[in-house]
Amino acid sequence: MQLIRKFYYGDIPEETGGAAKPASTSSSSDWPLWEVFIRSKQGLEHKHVGSLHAADANMAIENARDVYTRRSEGISIWVVESKHIKTSNPEASAELYEPAQDKIYRHPTFYDLPDEIKHM
Amino acid sequence: MENLTFETHFQDKIDQEIKIEPRDWMPEAYRKTNIRQISQHAHSEIVGMLPEGNWISRAPSLKRKAILLAKVQDEAGHGLYLYAAAETLGLSREQMIEDLHSGRAKYSSIFNYPTLTWADMGAIGWLVDGAAIMNQVMLTRTSYGPYARAMVRICKEESFHQRQGFEILLVLSKGSEAQKAMCQDAINRWWWPALMMFGPRDTESTNSDMSMKWKIKRKSNDELRQQFVDMIAQQVTLLGMTLPDTELRWNEQRGHYDFGQINWEEFWQVVKGNGPCNKERLAARKKAWDEGRWVREAATAYAAKQKQKQKAA
Repeated sequence: MQLIRKFYYGDIPEETGGAAKPASTSSSSDWPLWEVFIRSKQGLEHKHVGSLHAADANMAIENARDVYTRRSEGISIWVVESKHIKTSNPEASAELYEPAQDKIYRHPTFYDLPDEIKHM
Repeated sequence: MENLTFETHFQDKIDQEIKIEPRDWMPEAYRKTNIRQISQHAHSEIVGMLPEGNWISRAPSLKRKAILLAKVQDEAGHGLYLYAAAETLGLSREQMIEDLHSGRAKYSSIFNYPTLTWADMGAIGWLVDGAAIMNQVMLTRTSYGPYARAMVRICKEESFHQRQGFEILLVLSKGSEAQKAMCQDAINRWWWPALMMFGPRDTESTNSDMSMKWKIKRKSNDELRQQFVDMIAQQVTLLGMTLPDTELRWNEQRGHYDFGQINWEEFWQVVKGNGPCNKERLAARKKAWDEGRWVREAATAYAAKQKQKQKAA
């Protein structure tokens, strides 16, 4: 694999940039990570908008308000600690989703009906 | 062999414009390039607050002060979106901040220039944010999902930054002789550093360019820079001001503006830490981090105590 030799905007090379040695990894004292969901208006579902760090749920909501609703993007906020979210394995997507692909009879367009029929 | 198959599958997805998500397989170099680029981008937003923060307390009116505050607050938000995107690649927030403070991680060199007059707030909005937007609009289509999503959000918010900058200069350009001179002086000082923001010139070795192949980037530095020059060369006439480049002229054949040589020696000096404000900027970041330590610790202690209480109840 060839390394990237050309550097773009916002991508300044470390080796020619007078970079110091990598910082040693210290034990993390980061606040936990939270996922933020926002309801943009009454009648719509909460939608994932991003994540942030906060010491607790209240702080997560306050920070979410400042970070994700500065332009009236929301009227309700959910936060959940990221570690509580379980995700499906992307490598298992064949087993999980393929069975749906050959069940085309689940779609209304599968059924051939006369054009004259109304309201269906 | 196995890696080859993964790699082919990965490149197939890129070629079909399918976004890469955090848990998908990706080549190590793709991860590293994205980590470097996204974290540098985040650091640029955070350090980028400093030159403008310098003028919040000295803005000429309450209106300008409120606008500048909102802009700087946006930049903090943009830094957070980007840090969060970089974290999805397995680098902790704390590590990123350590890397910034140790000088290992870089940020855009433009923020190592001083903001001497109020007109600089205009020039930064118009030229610096203008240059950043060219790049960021392209990045809304980058192949890594979390980065692309952060960019969409940022671009939506960024356009007010550029417009308010131009408006500051427009007002000055119609003002007294001293205000006009201040406007021209700010443009003179920010023009070349803004052109440097697009990074080094394209070399001939474009076929080794993985960033393009992986669609992290879709335009070269020189393409973006030319686009920027063409745009600004037009806009500056509306201000009745000039750009500090005697070689700047329309080239009928190319359909673009020709422009003069960039001082690359200056560019590398600033990247290496020898710009006018490198030390000051890093010192300000470190001071903020160190002086905020007790707040971070107190919040953690308070959260732990509240949890304890809840358990007991």
